[in-house]
Amino acid sequence: MLKVVHYINQFFGQIGGEDKADTPPLVKEGPVGPGLALQQALGDQGKVVATIICGDSYFNEHVDEALAEILRMVEQYQPDLFVAGPAFFAGRYGIACATVCKAVQEKFGIPVVTGMYPENPGVDLCKKDVYVIKTGDSAAQMKDAITKMVKLALKMVNKEEIGTPEEEGYIPRGIRKNYFAQERASKRAVDMLVKKLKGEPYSTELPMPEFDRVPPAPAVKDLSKALVALVTSGGIVPKGNPDHIESSSASKFGKYDLEGIVALSSETHQTAHGGYDPVYANENPNRVLPVDVMRELEKEGKIGKLHRYYYATVGNGTPVAKAQQYGQAIAKELKDAGVQAVILTST
Amino acid sequence: MVKELERAGLPTVHICTIVPISKTVGANRIVPAVAIPHPLGNPELSKEDEKALRRKILEKALEALQTDIDTQTVFEWQ
Repeated sequence: MLKVVHYINQFFGQIGGEDKADTPPLVKEGPVGPGLALQQALGDQGKVVATIICGDSYFNEHVDEALAEILRMVEQYQPDLFVAGPAFFAGRYGIACATVCKAVQEKFGIPVVTGMYPENPGVDLCKKDVYVIKTGDSAAQMKDAITKMVKLALKMVNKEEIGTPEEEGYIPRGIRKNYFAQERASKRAVDMLVKKLKGEPYSTELPMPEFDRVPPAPAVKDLSKALVALVTSGGIVPKGNPDHIESSSASKFGKYDLEGIVALSSETHQTAHGGYDPVYANENPNRVLPVDVMRELEKEGKIGKLHRYYYATVGNGTPVAKAQQYGQAIAKELKDAGVQAVILTST
Repeated sequence: MVKELERAGLPTVHICTIVPISKTVGANRIVPAVAIPHPLGNPELSKEDEKALRRKILEKALEALQTDIDTQTVFEWQ
């Protein structure tokens, strides 16, 4: 029977929520949380011998230490297969799954598999090296994700041929395979063109990679004369969250006045973000939106002026399309106001 | 958001804890932060030391804004 080691975060590991996100790696015998579904899907073909649990913040803030410790834990069990997540749309969790999977695959040479929502930042980190099953954006799709992950993992272990991304449900890895087509290329191209002209659905044989890179804007020549704005995805809002910005999947951003404010405080501001432990930001919101030091820099003439308004949203499970929309709207307002440079803080 | 601000021609520095995410997303000027729940602070320090730390990070951010770059660049302050 295959020995399987499973990696999950503190939330799925039933240690706790954001207040436990700084938990260092620990190991438990047998399956935990989603590991039960994993065990069920494996049936009598494999056994989840151990579950490694690590806090998402701990992992991302101490990557080298956390990874070394996790690899040491994996080594103890000599597994035949390593499974991480699924991480769905949880960014820090996705980065952790991606990093751990790559390292386990490289160090032990065993099959690894994980699962993520395509917009999870962990995907780009590992999709070239690791099979990432495409999942929905929330844990509601747990069973479906685990089923696909196990199916693919068993094929890898048994050295069966892995099908295309569409067949197996993984995120394309950019690998090309030669095969014999039924019809020659010229016929396929014309068929595709005809479908396109008729407005029928067709699929390209060579999808173009999406490189959405923006060239760096030129440096500011003289900051001591520049109007500088603060923007944050860390959810800092006036006390009471007047615009009701949601703690995750935010549907809007807020614009807030800093006139006469020398520093933020626990009496005036708070965080609306639901994706990190809010204790430190609520105690001193300058830790996320550094108004206090910006005012000092302004006074000393290091910057010309701090823009009167700051912009904030909650970057937690925010679809890329929404973030783009907010970014464009904020950019327009800032440019119209004559702002020359922006400091954007993220948690 | 960082990318859209730069696309509009506004030089933008991203102060963030998880540098790989910032790189993946496509920020150009990146300054690493302290920790996820307190990117520009450290509750374990005294008030004065914490503010000095915040200042150090922001001074690095100002330096980033005044530096011409042609590719994604991480400005370290540690």
